[in-house]
Amino acid sequence: MPQPQDYQTLLPVIVLAVWACALLLLDSFLIQRKGLTACLAAAGLAITLGLTLSQIGRSSSGFSGMVVLDGFSTFINALQLVSGLLGVALAYAYVKRMGIERGEYYTLLLFSVVGMMLMAQATDLIVVFIALEMLSIPLYVLAAFNRTQAASEEAGLKYFLLGAFSTGFLVYGITLVYGATASTNLSAIFAAASSTSNLLLTIGAALILVGFGFKVAVVPFHMWTPDVYQGAPTAVTGFMSSGAKIAGFAALLRVFATAFPAIAADMTDILWALAAVTMILGNLVAISQTDIKRMLAYSSIAHAGYILMAFVPYGNPAVAPVSIAAGLFYLAAYVITNFGAWGVVIALEQPDGKGLQISDYSGLFWRKRGLAVAMTVFMLSLIGFPPTIGMVGKFYLFRAIIDGGFTGLAIIGVIASLVSAFYYLRVVVNMFMREGEQKIEREFWLDLTWGAAAFLTVAISLAPGWLFYLASAAGLR
Amino acid sequence: MNFFTEPLTLLTFFPLLGVLLLLFIPGGQKNALRWTALAVSLITFVISLWVFFLSGLYDASNPDLQLVARHPWIQVAGWNIEYHLAADGLSILLILLTTLLTPISILSTWTAVEERVKEFMVFFLLLETGMLGVFVAQDLFLFYIFWEFTLVPMYFLIGIWGGPRRIYAALKFFLYTMAGSILMLLAILWLGIQGGTFSVPQLIEQGGIPANIQWWLFIAFAAAFAIKVPMWPLHSWLPDAHVEAPTAGSVILAGVLLKLGTYGFVRFNIPLFPEATLKAAPWIALLATIGIIYGAAVSYAQTDIKKLVAYSSVSHLGFVMLGLFALNPEGLAGAILQMINHGISTGALFLLVGMIYEQTHTREFKVYGGLWKLMPVFGTLYLIVSLSSMGLPGLNGFVGEFTILLGAWGAGQSGVFYWGGVWFAAISALGVIMAAIYILYMFQKMFMGPQGEVVDEVKKHGHSLRDLNWREIAVIAPLILLIFWIGLYPAPFFDLMAPSVNKLAETFSAAALALR
Repeated sequence: MPQPQDYQTLLPVIVLAVWACALLLLDSFLIQRKGLTACLAAAGLAITLGLTLSQIGRSSSGFSGMVVLDGFSTFINALQLVSGLLGVALAYAYVKRMGIERGEYYTLLLFSVVGMMLMAQATDLIVVFIALEMLSIPLYVLAAFNRTQAASEEAGLKYFLLGAFSTGFLVYGITLVYGATASTNLSAIFAAASSTSNLLLTIGAALILVGFGFKVAVVPFHMWTPDVYQGAPTAVTGFMSSGAKIAGFAALLRVFATAFPAIAADMTDILWALAAVTMILGNLVAISQTDIKRMLAYSSIAHAGYILMAFVPYGNPAVAPVSIAAGLFYLAAYVITNFGAWGVVIALEQPDGKGLQISDYSGLFWRKRGLAVAMTVFMLSLIGFPPTIGMVGKFYLFRAIIDGGFTGLAIIGVIASLVSAFYYLRVVVNMFMREGEQKIEREFWLDLTWGAAAFLTVAISLAPGWLFYLASAAGLR
Repeated sequence: MNFFTEPLTLLTFFPLLGVLLLLFIPGGQKNALRWTALAVSLITFVISLWVFFLSGLYDASNPDLQLVARHPWIQVAGWNIEYHLAADGLSILLILLTTLLTPISILSTWTAVEERVKEFMVFFLLLETGMLGVFVAQDLFLFYIFWEFTLVPMYFLIGIWGGPRRIYAALKFFLYTMAGSILMLLAILWLGIQGGTFSVPQLIEQGGIPANIQWWLFIAFAAAFAIKVPMWPLHSWLPDAHVEAPTAGSVILAGVLLKLGTYGFVRFNIPLFPEATLKAAPWIALLATIGIIYGAAVSYAQTDIKKLVAYSSVSHLGFVMLGLFALNPEGLAGAILQMINHGISTGALFLLVGMIYEQTHTREFKVYGGLWKLMPVFGTLYLIVSLSSMGLPGLNGFVGEFTILLGAWGAGQSGVFYWGGVWFAAISALGVIMAAIYILYMFQKMFMGPQGEVVDEVKKHGHSLRDLNWREIAVIAPLILLIFWIGLYPAPFFDLMAPSVNKLAETFSAAALALR
């Protein structure tokens, strides 16, 4: 019989799930007023965010150890809810402009956030699997939301097929791990794995890594990313590129740090190689892109590589907490910068699909100062250049990596950043140093999103102390 | 909290105040924008004079870091990052050079920059804050932020207001410089982790970095600084950046930005990694000597004035590097003075080139000729600056180069240069002669002989070449004054840096002897 404590552990997730169901019902009565649906969705996210923040400092376990509430999950969930809110803000005017304003958009977004939050709290591989499906299925639908456009349909289908494929790996991995340890509970797996080390467990863990690798778009499991990011409605892409990545990394981190420290020696090399290949390939391929959505897609692949760096020393108890905190900080930095950049992309996108080439950004600064300055800030932040949060994030991350003794990986990381400067600066070159015309969409929530993101990108870099503190306090239970 | 009453904080961030002011002035009011930017940069200059001389807060006879502004900044999660500014004899002259060259450059843009004046001035003042920050930061994290930040405004200055190939040049400048600094970033992180602090004076005091690791850290730091200097063979971004940059950009680039590199060597590499420095000294001296000769030789082959001056910078900064790694008081002091000299002479040369370019729109000096008769004032000033650049006794360049060669000779004899001995000094001295050749060659082509075709070209457009006006003379006058002052009576300049330089050199006199 579930105890009150069980519900408390999962309270924000439950509230949001109920809210999403209610909204789905309510929406069918709000035929002409889809704007209201958006407001209600935002209200639900805000209330859940309040609940999540009220849980800071609490730590408990629920439903017979299936889920957990700790500093780590609170940090991740707050981040997820913020990206949910930003996702609503990006979509609000965008769906109207594109002629795809339907209430289900927001409901699906809420369900996806529920899955993402559950993912951060899961301490049982079965719950991880359920959460993953819960976050993915709404995203498949959202990717295909602009169904009159072939590209959007293709994106949805491609995402679905490859998503299903990757889930297969995950489930197979879970099966092997169960076979090796006779449990799906993370702590139980840890206990069983410490006594016996066997090949089955290692293969299982590797397959789980493959499954998550697809979700967070790590090379060589990244093939779907550019097409899906390009084809999906831009507001969905913005949300997906942050939310799905956070969730995937959160689960990966918890599963590996809790269940698999015993096989860290094997995993470290694999993670090292994946991170290196992802950073290099993501950044190199991004150079040749001419479409801003594809460029940002490859950029997001490259950043998955940077975040993956934080996982490499997970088996070293002296460094792991610092490295996890660095990963969380980097995720937060990435979310802020990334949403800002997608906001700018949305501001320039036209209903007929124009305005998405990098050359369409030519001369933007001389027409719309604020937008171009904001975009410059985001590009510098993605390079890791001061004074932006991206630079502080990289500083923190590389420090953890060097501390863990992986100087070689850090060198690859900084060289990859140098390569990335080339394509990010191309956007800046176009905005400032070339002439051009473009139509720009002005809309309050959109302007607020990129404006606030740009402000935070710079401001947090000057006073990053509190975010460091939160990230380093966000330990695993 | 007396954060904003701290002299160096005030000095460093005062230009930012100007940026804020500029943002409130509409872009169409070009003169208001120019005057505001000029006033702000002049006040910054006055503040720098006040801080170092008038206020009595700075004691030039004290070798240590002074005017310290130090606050904890990021102190969580094992980080120990401070907001830490200070100045000493190694940086004081460079700070003054920065605050002097900025208003001069701004004044030089009065008629040269007609479009997008507001943005130009904003980037210029941002650049000033960045440069000042590099010279006063004593925390590696803070230093790194300022160091990287200087790239951004300069990148825009070249890329927006530059010549036809400006985008290529701007990107090359950015990527080259960044390539060096990312390696430095890793070295900074290593130092921060091992030393438990990012504070430079504290790290120097702690010392004790194993010799083999020092070597790698030295290389990582040197990569960043050598590209900025630029040392041969990492110099290829410089001619492009100079040729494409607008005049004021070139002045600051040559005058101050290159000095960030040489300053980096003397502030970080040499005191932080003394063993590695001794080991590297002959190699750096070798590269410096090659740079001196190579830069001079390539200069002679140029027909574009700006390109010629750019390659001559490679040669001149070779002297600075040679002096720094002589590691004795003469070498160090000469090198620091030569940084200032190069800023003054090359800055003035770029200003003069900009003034003639505004009228003729060409920098090919072969189409000039016989200008002396038409523009006697311009000719006189150009001659003085050229002679200063090639190191004529009585002008500033001579003092610096002579002291450096003295130091390099001494270093060769005392064994700092190992296998190189006195050869570096001997070969480098040839560079002075070569400088005379390429500079006089350019001067002759421009000012002597029959009238060049450019004069007719200008006439075709209904103008005739005019001599300098009062604004232009005012722009150049302070630099001419300094050229004579340093040339005839350099003692006050040496006195300002002597205590700090001697302190730095002391660590090496003992070490060098012990090694032999």
